[in-house]
Amino acid sequence: MRVTGAGTLERTGRQRPGAGSVEVLAALLVLLVIFRGWLSGLVDGARWQTWTTVFVSVLVQAVPFLVFGVLLSAVIAVFVPRSFWARALPRHPALAVPAASMAGVVLPGCECGSVPIAGSLIRRGVTPAAALAFLLAAPAINPIVLTATAVAFPGNPEMVLARGLASLVVAMVMGWLWLRLGRTDWIRLPHRPDLEGAPKGRAFWSACRHDVVHAGGFLVLGAAAAATINVLVPEAWLQTLASNPVLSVLALAVLAVLLSICSEADAFVAASLSQFSLTSRLVFLVVGPMVDLKLISMQAGVFGRRFTARFAPATFVVAVLAGSAAGAVLL
Amino acid sequence: MNRQAQAVVLLLFGGAILRASLSDLYLRYVKEGLRPFLIAAGVALVATAIATLLYERRPRDDHGHGHHEPRVGWLLILPVLGLLLVAPPALGSFTAGQSGTLPVSDSDYAALPSDDPAPIGLLDYASRALFDDGRSLAGRRVRLTGFVAPGPDGAPMLARIVMSCCAADGRPIKVGLTGGPVVDVPAGTWIQVTGTHSTRRGTDPVNQAEIAYLEVAQWQPITPPKQPYE
Repeated sequence: MRVTGAGTLERTGRQRPGAGSVEVLAALLVLLVIFRGWLSGLVDGARWQTWTTVFVSVLVQAVPFLVFGVLLSAVIAVFVPRSFWARALPRHPALAVPAASMAGVVLPGCECGSVPIAGSLIRRGVTPAAALAFLLAAPAINPIVLTATAVAFPGNPEMVLARGLASLVVAMVMGWLWLRLGRTDWIRLPHRPDLEGAPKGRAFWSACRHDVVHAGGFLVLGAAAAATINVLVPEAWLQTLASNPVLSVLALAVLAVLLSICSEADAFVAASLSQFSLTSRLVFLVVGPMVDLKLISMQAGVFGRRFTARFAPATFVVAVLAGSAAGAVLL
Repeated sequence: MNRQAQAVVLLLFGGAILRASLSDLYLRYVKEGLRPFLIAAGVALVATAIATLLYERRPRDDHGHGHHEPRVGWLLILPVLGLLLVAPPALGSFTAGQSGTLPVSDSDYAALPSDDPAPIGLLDYASRALFDDGRSLAGRRVRLTGFVAPGPDGAPMLARIVMSCCAADGRPIKVGLTGGPVVDVPAGTWIQVTGTHSTRRGTDPVNQAEIAYLEVAQWQPITPPKQPYE
């Protein structure tokens, strides 16, 4: 696997004479404090204020999951030897895919945490197909998410089964698709020479720092996009689509991508969209944890844009198909 | 962004999370149950920042110089700014106007609290009024707390945001006000309304869900509650 320095959002951090990052940062912070009153005044209109509230709350909600995921991925990167993965996963990649999907089921993760973990697994020699199956399965089907779904749909317990099965199928199909069609040079993990050969403590904290700053930065981008959609799309538009069975499935699939709600909460939102058919709400639940704005942003950061441009649309199509099929059979 | 700058940003970010979760600020954005995890995450962020600063002070061999550091990390200043300087308010009347009222569901309708008037949540009131035709409310005065939101016909309604995880999934529950003294405070003002069950029903123009009404006896403005969501 070729692991090269990633594209445009990275740059060489050589010490240059003159203003360094710390000086720029200090100047920026001083300016922010000086213009604090003016800034708060900006956030005055109701729409803009709501934007800020949603932006901050998406981040606050995601931070514990992001930090937990980063700590776990740093442990994988530094303390778990490469040979462990060779023993833990089936040797044949086609069998490693379902095994990794099932591992995702057991781990209660959120999508923000599973992105750095999957990156770390690939770096440690796990076949990308298995790491990607884990990436999709971990946030979509774990005990917390399935319990939340059962609570949100008290009258439709079959919803839990349909969600779990459809999501598991999508994770495995995407893993196998990657084995057939994927090319490893699409994945460009950030270059991390500091992890090789450094003392373990130093490497651990270095991995934590890098991953929080990196994945966190892309999370900020995604949260901003989700807040914009939340404020700009009036719900009344959706209502006109609810009556058509095909359009309603597509509308909720797109909405799941745009809203970027945490997988532990999306069942409650789906439950409240009661004008829509159960199948279209199931598609909302299957698509949301696997493809959404903040995930696309984070995946582009961790795996590279060439990868994400192919992986996200393919996952979207597979998730819509699997969700619709499960809805037709089970609901 | 070099490593010292990253450490400073992480320190500020962790500090902002800690400040929000150790005060009541976090209640504007997420559920109460997330608090221990927020505190743990804040501590981990601060620890990462301190460890980075310590390692960067030590003389080092050459790995670690001249390779890629994430420039996207500058964006982490935005949430720091949002939490420390702006601290936006909880969702309110804008969201209530833009989203349809939550469709209520049937429940088991336990007896009302014995106080008079009985304090009751908007969601609880709406489901008793709409599903049970107000049977469990008969002969009782109730007290509802919420903020004023503009209703479909221009008349003010009482609303509160119901949150299941974070403010991004917040949806309003609305209760119409009928009779009694006119509520003449601007949208977004928190009020406490005492009244009795009204048989009147309305429809939310946004999502065609049914809205319950309350026969107002009296109302008064209050300071916003610590927990703004229901």
